[in-house]
Amino acid sequence: MSFISYLISGISLGSIYALIALGYTMVYGIAKMLNFAHGDIIMVGGYAVFTAMSTAWCPVWLSVIIGIVVCTVLGVVIEKVAYKPLRNAPPLAVLITAIGVSYLLQNLALLIFGSAAQNFTSVVDGMPPFLIVTDNGAQFFTAVEPGVRTSLKVSMETFLSIVVSIIIMAALTWFINKTKAGRAMLAVAEDKGAAQLMGINVNGTISLTFAIGSALAGVASVLMCSAYPQLSPYTGSMPGIKAFVAAVFGGIGSIPGAMIGGVLLGIIEQLAKAYISSQLSDAIVFLVLIIVLVVRPTGILGKKIREKV
Amino acid sequence: MSMLSIKDLQVYYGAINAIKGISFDVEQGEIIALIGANGAGKTTILHTITGLVQAKHGSVMFGGKDLTKTPAHKIVSMGMAHVPEGRRVFAQLSVLENLMLGAYTRKNKAEIQESLEHVFKRFPRLEERRGQMAGTLSGGEQQMLAMGRALMSKPSIILMDEPSMGLSPLYVSEIFDIIQEINKSGTTVLLVEQNAKKALSIANRAYVLETGKIVLSGDAHELMNNDSVKKAYLGE
Repeated sequence: MSFISYLISGISLGSIYALIALGYTMVYGIAKMLNFAHGDIIMVGGYAVFTAMSTAWCPVWLSVIIGIVVCTVLGVVIEKVAYKPLRNAPPLAVLITAIGVSYLLQNLALLIFGSAAQNFTSVVDGMPPFLIVTDNGAQFFTAVEPGVRTSLKVSMETFLSIVVSIIIMAALTWFINKTKAGRAMLAVAEDKGAAQLMGINVNGTISLTFAIGSALAGVASVLMCSAYPQLSPYTGSMPGIKAFVAAVFGGIGSIPGAMIGGVLLGIIEQLAKAYISSQLSDAIVFLVLIIVLVVRPTGILGKKIREKV
Repeated sequence: MSMLSIKDLQVYYGAINAIKGISFDVEQGEIIALIGANGAGKTTILHTITGLVQAKHGSVMFGGKDLTKTPAHKIVSMGMAHVPEGRRVFAQLSVLENLMLGAYTRKNKAEIQESLEHVFKRFPRLEERRGQMAGTLSGGEQQMLAMGRALMSKPSIILMDEPSMGLSPLYVSEIFDIIQEINKSGTTVLLVEQNAKKALSIANRAYVLETGKIVLSGDAHELMNNDSVKKAYLGE
């Protein structure tokens, strides 16, 4: 039973990584840049939700929406202000700018909210666990009674992360493959000039990509801060880096790759924590990155299609 | 008034003056050929017309607007399509998806469907391979896809950049036949070619470019018999 429990929490954590990794991979695919400020957008989203929830009049659902909107707007503004002027600059300049934006966001948060970690209240606070398995069998949406031994417990946060991520990934897949704007994204990712000749507004499409990626980061921030309720100016950096690993693991630029990479990474991390060492789990995650890069540099679903000339 | 009128166009790549003040006109219904050696500036001219490259000076008048001041993505809906050099099809999208991107700026679904049927009629090979990834097509098929994609915008003028490049002689003849057909059905063609003989044989008028300047212009058949053109471009 404990293995199943670790697996479920791994999938849950992995779904959050996947949502963040999607932002990395979409932006990489279209703008050919690594947006290292992506993780810090999560942190800003966390603070936005936290601040909204601590005002008495703001209900939870509205706080969540505020958080997602703040992330979306922030992502678009960062692209316009920091990255767009560098569209034709060497990749290294863009990379350094992204790291600069990352530090800027962290330090702004330090200035406004201080360095002490805040206790984030889960958005499903007070709800019973989704599933408990006791000696009497499995029960859904039932609180654990005192004194009862549970052999498996899936919290509402865990359940929510998995369900929300599945819905979002399905919606995103539909959007990219079935809508005109999604097709335009694929076209811009492949050839900006040719996309322009089709009448596609390349700058608009890049903005849209940043908006979607950042909105996903906003959702991820709500799920993550609910499951791991500590919020500090550095909250976003570790998940951000791990999601980047997940994106590379799955094949950077590939959307299904980011989903698979994220979930696998979450499972690897949780199982490593459970069976190897909780101190070493992060090291193991990065070891996975090194092994992937050595064995299969393009990642699991990395694109390597042969083209005739 | 000419359909497309280029006046004193100058283009720079950094400090290099690639186009040194070029003027020419394209009349409705014509096939105009721009011929010249590698590096003469043919592709640059087409890229400047459709906004992929910015002009430093001069104007490109089309449909009452100066294209040098029009965002590149707004040009196709004005009725100008560009088949770029090297085809530049979207390799990881299917043939059908590529064609539908050609109609990206059009709204009327029934009309788009009609254009699609026209394209499939003109290029039956594309219909056979509609679900195949564009990157897996042969060079000639990719050229057809690039042309079909351009036709999907229902253009009044179509710019073609080296459509014969890298194709077998059989395909070259087929492609030039198709260009003539497209022109006969009412679309003006501005053709850039290194294959001067072929280009001049289907064009009404032609301009000869040398290092960013027009050195000769006139009736295509007369140019074909011009001694310096024969020597430099027709290999006679």
